[in-house]
Amino acid sequence: MGFALALVIGVITLGTVVLFAGRFWWFPEAISEHGPSIDRQFMLTLTIIGIAFILAQATLAFFIVRYRRQGEGRASYWHDSPRLEALWTTITAVVFLSLAVLGQRVWAKLHLNAPPPGALQVEVTAQQFVWNIRYPGPDGKFGRTRTELINDVDNPVGLDFTDPAAQDDIVTVNQMAIPVNRDIHVILRSKDVIHSFWVPPLRMKQDAVPGLAINIHFKAVKTGQFEIACAELCGLTHHRMRGFLLVLSEPEFERWLQQRASP
Amino acid sequence: MGASSAPFSVSAQGKNPRILKGGKAMTQATAVHEAPKSFIRRYIFSTDHKVIGLQYLFLAMAAVAIGIVLSLYMRLRLAWPTERWPLLGKLFPNAMAGGTISPEFYLSLVTMHGTIMVFFVLTTAPLGGFGNYFLPIQVGAHDMAFPVLNMLSFWVTLAGFLVLMAAFFVSGGAPISGWTAYAPLSAVGEIAGPGLGMGQNLWILSIALFCIASLLGALNFITTTLNLRTKGMAMTRLPLTVWAWFTTAVLALLAFPVLLAGGILLLLDRVAGTSFFVPGGLIVSDKILPHKGGSPLLWQHLFWFFGHPEVYIAILPGMGITSHVLSTFARKPIFGYRAMVTAIFAIGLLGFLVWGHHMFVSGMSPYSAIAFSLLTLSIGVPSAIKTFNWLATLYKARIHFTVPMLFALGFVSIFVTGGLSGIVLGQTSLDIPMHDTYFVVAHFHLIMGVAAIFGIFAGTYYWFPKIFGRMMNDALGKLHFWLTFIGIYAIFIPMHILGIAGHPRRYAETAGFDFLTPLQPIHVFITIAALITAGAQLLFFFNFFWSIWKGKKAEMNPWRATTLEWTIPSPPPHDNFGPQTPVVHRGPYEYSVPGAAEDYLLQTAPPAPTKS
Ligand code: HEM
Ligand SMILES: [Cu+2]
Ligand SMILES: [Cu+2]
Repeated sequence: MGFALALVIGVITLGTVVLFAGRFWWFPEAISEHGPSIDRQFMLTLTIIGIAFILAQATLAFFIVRYRRQGEGRASYWHDSPRLEALWTTITAVVFLSLAVLGQRVWAKLHLNAPPPGALQVEVTAQQFVWNIRYPGPDGKFGRTRTELINDVDNPVGLDFTDPAAQDDIVTVNQMAIPVNRDIHVILRSKDVIHSFWVPPLRMKQDAVPGLAINIHFKAVKTGQFEIACAELCGLTHHRMRGFLLVLSEPEFERWLQQRASP
Repeated sequence: MGASSAPFSVSAQGKNPRILKGGKAMTQATAVHEAPKSFIRRYIFSTDHKVIGLQYLFLAMAAVAIGIVLSLYMRLRLAWPTERWPLLGKLFPNAMAGGTISPEFYLSLVTMHGTIMVFFVLTTAPLGGFGNYFLPIQVGAHDMAFPVLNMLSFWVTLAGFLVLMAAFFVSGGAPISGWTAYAPLSAVGEIAGPGLGMGQNLWILSIALFCIASLLGALNFITTTLNLRTKGMAMTRLPLTVWAWFTTAVLALLAFPVLLAGGILLLLDRVAGTSFFVPGGLIVSDKILPHKGGSPLLWQHLFWFFGHPEVYIAILPGMGITSHVLSTFARKPIFGYRAMVTAIFAIGLLGFLVWGHHMFVSGMSPYSAIAFSLLTLSIGVPSAIKTFNWLATLYKARIHFTVPMLFALGFVSIFVTGGLSGIVLGQTSLDIPMHDTYFVVAHFHLIMGVAAIFGIFAGTYYWFPKIFGRMMNDALGKLHFWLTFIGIYAIFIPMHILGIAGHPRRYAETAGFDFLTPLQPIHVFITIAALITAGAQLLFFFNFFWSIWKGKKAEMNPWRATTLEWTIPSPPPHDNFGPQTPVVHRGPYEYSVPGAAEDYLLQTAPPAPTKS
């Protein structure tokens, strides 16, 4: 019994390690400036917990075999060792807290700094199962919006056209283009329930909360088309709340915007 | 180490006035304690903690059976989203018209499965079930401090469960807002989606009832532990199970009122037009809502202020049972008793300071996120201490591989696996990609769900002979262990990979996204593993009921264990200890004491001088 259990624990441990180390399925390639730092912190953490995982399971398996009941005699009456306790408490505390501190670096860069000046502003307004994207247009200013004006057919964010700043705003549905290598400042809103803006290759996830305007910023460093998924349960077709993020070169981006500007 | 001294002989030997008081209270209790004659008072509206404990256990067994069935429906949908299951549809004729599992029904299943498992299984079985049955016996009391409250606590829990089940049958069906019921989705009613009308109201009512019942239970556990300990049962001689139940009860006493308050406010938002959680200017299904000024984040703070302690409410008793069972079958004292108690307390305390790790990307202040992150990784330290001490307990042991021991060893393995992924999720920057993905589903199932279930299994196989006077079948038990242990890993390890690939949780299918469709084979694999593992649970149910009638007769102390429940007949008589109150002379884990005649010393064994 002891051998069998140790063997099973060993096989499970090995299988787990292979599944993680083999990376048969893994993160999509990071396309944001901060993405690789998150990946590095993840790999560091994974290595440390991987070692802890192997050590703990191996010790368990070893003790199970080594100290299975056999022959005569009794178990040892050893049941206390303040020195050992202090030792492993200190080691885990140091390792865990160091990781916790290291884990704040990317976070601080992303969330404790204001969006850099000159960042392109994009407003993302989530609603049950759609992403509405708004650009401030040539004047660089978002116009006024009013809830009563919202109309899913031709005014999804409720632009108030009596405000001159609103007249050149550009609104798209489920299509978010951004220029590559430029800071992007996204203002996240929601019209109804909580959603979450999740673009895996961007390594960026942030809830969109009704009643709040949440600011995030990032910089994409690779061009391409990526999917925007909703990561917070928002109702019936949460699993199909799909938008597209187009990371374009600066000229392509300008052209894209122009095509969508109202005549 | 002096062999004659019990490890905790520092503590007073019955000189502690507190203990004397406890002793006295118990003598009084003895006098009024007679078995009721009528069937109804004896087995239904019983105030006997053992009957109530069993009622909780049976409720939990019914609940877990339903919870597992619901999870299989989910798994079927995830593996084969468009397949029709006309036969399975018979169970839910409205929700599964045509035999397909629709996305909205998938979300109802997610919600009901999660709610049933967290509340009616993981809180009910280890605390309400085993805690009720064995806490009084292990401290040497004749019953709980407040037997009538105890009875009420069970019946209110049962009412809560029936109300929850009713949600399946009302118009609109069961709610789809998840076990976390985030507002405003849960607060604005049917216009936000199916099941969010009457179904959501019933959900809130059920949870409110559950909170009240848990409060009654918690008061009882705390008072009984503090006041009804028998002579000689110093706090430092309590079995670790009692420490775990006691701490769990303290957590429940502090956490459930917060959820209760939150639930009431949520109900008011829904039915009385208040705006605690609903901000102004919402447009749902093209309708402007009249609410103004509420905060969706407030619900999350209230919910998780309860919710994080709740995961410890689920797991602490499992830790207690594991410690207890490991020591018994390692034939060794538990390693570092004091450190174990301290760790339980540290976990309990820190458990109230980390709720924000569920809210890193919620829009909460990024500064408080950092504080929550540091506190979260600190709570890993006492958890690691427990793991070290379990391993050290096995060092130079003499391990008997009984079925309860197998599950206790499995608990240690799974607790490690599930706990380590918490080190990822607790870091703010790593939670950005991991939050609300399957990585989280994998993490909490292992650490909270499966580990706690292994604790429950260990407890069931261990105490069954005491409760029913018969042994469970050993071969069936072992087969159950092997299939479950391997199956659980096969189900939940691959879920980490889904999460790393970015798969959000609570998705009814992968077909909507190009980055998800390549992951479909993993879903198929997990579903097959889940079907086999769930099937293996039939072995357990069969073994359980078969053994009640047909099991081999059990002796008083079949495991040669040390604590008080093993000093009384199996099953225990109505008043546990009869006219004599036990007197405790030593700590709870005196195994392989050098010089002693046997390799265990009952807590009641007189302090015969032993030679080293
Ligand atoms: C046979 C074993 C089990 C299987 C196959 C299983 C499967 C699942 C699945 C497929 C989900 C939905 C994931 C999603 O779409 O987000 C889920 C959610 C959940 N499960 Fe389990 N589960 C099992 C056992 C348990 C146990 C023992 C617990 C006890 C804690 C539990 C608690 C939960 C909770 C709390 C949720 C989250 C519900 C929500 O998102 O609101 N499960 N489970
Ligand atoms: Cu959404
Ligand atoms: Cu938590």
